[in-house]
Amino acid sequence: MVRALQISFFDWNIVPGQVSEFVGLNNYVRTIHDPLFWLSLKNTVMYAAVTVSGQLLFGLLVALILDHVSRGRVFFRTVYYLPVVTSWVVVSLLFKYLFNASPSGLVNYFLVDILHVLSTHIPWLNEPKTAFVAIYCLGIWKGVGWTMVIFLAALQSIPEEYHDAASIDGASGWQIIRHITLPLLVPTMILVMIMLTIGAFQAYIQVALITGGGPLHRTEVLLSYMYERAFRDREFGYAAAISYVLIGLVFLISQVQLRLLKSEPMY
Amino acid sequence: MLLYTVLIIGAIATVFPFLYMISTSLKGAVYTFEYPPRLMPTEPTLHNFVAAWTSKRFDQYFLNSLLVTLSTTLLVVLFSSMMAFAFARFQFVFKQPLYYSIMIFMMMPAMTLIVPQFMLASRLNLLNSLPGLVLVYVAQNLPLNTFLLRGFLEQVPRELEEAARIDGASSWDIYWRIMLPLSKPALATAAIFSSLGAWDEYVWALTVLNDPNKRTLPVGIAAFHGVFYSDWGLVFAASLIAIAPIITLFIILQRYFIKGVITGAIKG
Repeated sequence: MVRALQISFFDWNIVPGQVSEFVGLNNYVRTIHDPLFWLSLKNTVMYAAVTVSGQLLFGLLVALILDHVSRGRVFFRTVYYLPVVTSWVVVSLLFKYLFNASPSGLVNYFLVDILHVLSTHIPWLNEPKTAFVAIYCLGIWKGVGWTMVIFLAALQSIPEEYHDAASIDGASGWQIIRHITLPLLVPTMILVMIMLTIGAFQAYIQVALITGGGPLHRTEVLLSYMYERAFRDREFGYAAAISYVLIGLVFLISQVQLRLLKSEPMY
Repeated sequence: MLLYTVLIIGAIATVFPFLYMISTSLKGAVYTFEYPPRLMPTEPTLHNFVAAWTSKRFDQYFLNSLLVTLSTTLLVVLFSSMMAFAFARFQFVFKQPLYYSIMIFMMMPAMTLIVPQFMLASRLNLLNSLPGLVLVYVAQNLPLNTFLLRGFLEQVPRELEEAARIDGASSWDIYWRIMLPLSKPALATAAIFSSLGAWDEYVWALTVLNDPNKRTLPVGIAAFHGVFYSDWGLVFAASLIAIAPIITLFIILQRYFIKGVITGAIKG
């Protein structure tokens, strides 16, 4: 019975005939003329760009370091992975609290009173320009552990001989990383990029709980916009159209990145 | 030495928000906005934990989450191992198309399906019921776990199976007595993934549960935040009660967990 239900989900979503029966092309035409749709699309793409590169960079850095050190590997790996297993609801509320506007908000306190980087306290979440900062930080903070684990696995599959041979030839640590390790990691990087991008396009809970899409829709992402249309305004047809645009985008991006992966010469 | 410094700074950045959450949960309401903020609570109290547990049917939410998670996990492990066994060992009509449709389902962002899912669920009268929630969670978690388990089951040598067949074992015997016991590590991974998925799921539960008595923990906590808007101590006490089981499970089983993530990612 569960399987029957599952297969019925497939018919619902994959057979285009059934969908267009409900939706019609009008909804898709509407997206093109809807400025809020474009704003959420832009915000989603920005969110993906910022958090995917952040997670890649920090995850790679931590993995490279952990691969070099001998002690405390399991400990650090566990610590860095903690945010990954913690509920989105909880960490979203947590970041909302850390970024709160008052002088006692921890981020404000750090930047103004301890580091003196800023001169005044910033109402992070109410200011159109800064509202996304908390959401970006959360996205990166929560994902670094996952990226790190994947890179660690990839690093451990690189044969020792490559490094040994290079150091016999007099290569420095940095040169080994630059010319041997990193090129060997490229396929993994592209794979991680695909997974992270798919993940970034799923961003909803953090936006809904931290800013609710505000101020003035400045932090609206495609899914928050879709959800509002569907469950607040009961425009299911339009919402479905938005989600199919999203599915199309995710599919397209993964295809492009997969192409990259295939065209990459093997070392 | 430099490497360790970087690692430790990173680890502090990772853990600090959690520590601050714990510290806030131990503060009385007056102190959650004190200036300057303190990591060590001024007058630590467990009051928030007691209040969180006893107010707003929180114990009920905990029980709901527990029931939903346990049934989801049990069903996912059972069905995904059966499906994986079928895909790994049998030939049947539409095997490939069926398998690819499962794979596509796995790649799709789950929330994009929420509108058709909602329409289907309302037609099947599954809104506002915990068993309905379980059904959807099982459907959500089956693809990935079927995929993981299939990869694992295909590596089980066929000789074992053939020997059992000669001794007169049925397919069910082979599944139950040979495949399942042999795939314990993979089953553990599937169990961890599906319990994490069910325990933390928020959007679908928020959408379909109207009856406050039926809320699960994530929905309960978000509602908590809505009601006790500025009582962060209470919100974080509730949050900590909610994440404690998963964090504990993770720390105990982290080897399996991380291995599961790697297989899932590298093969996916």
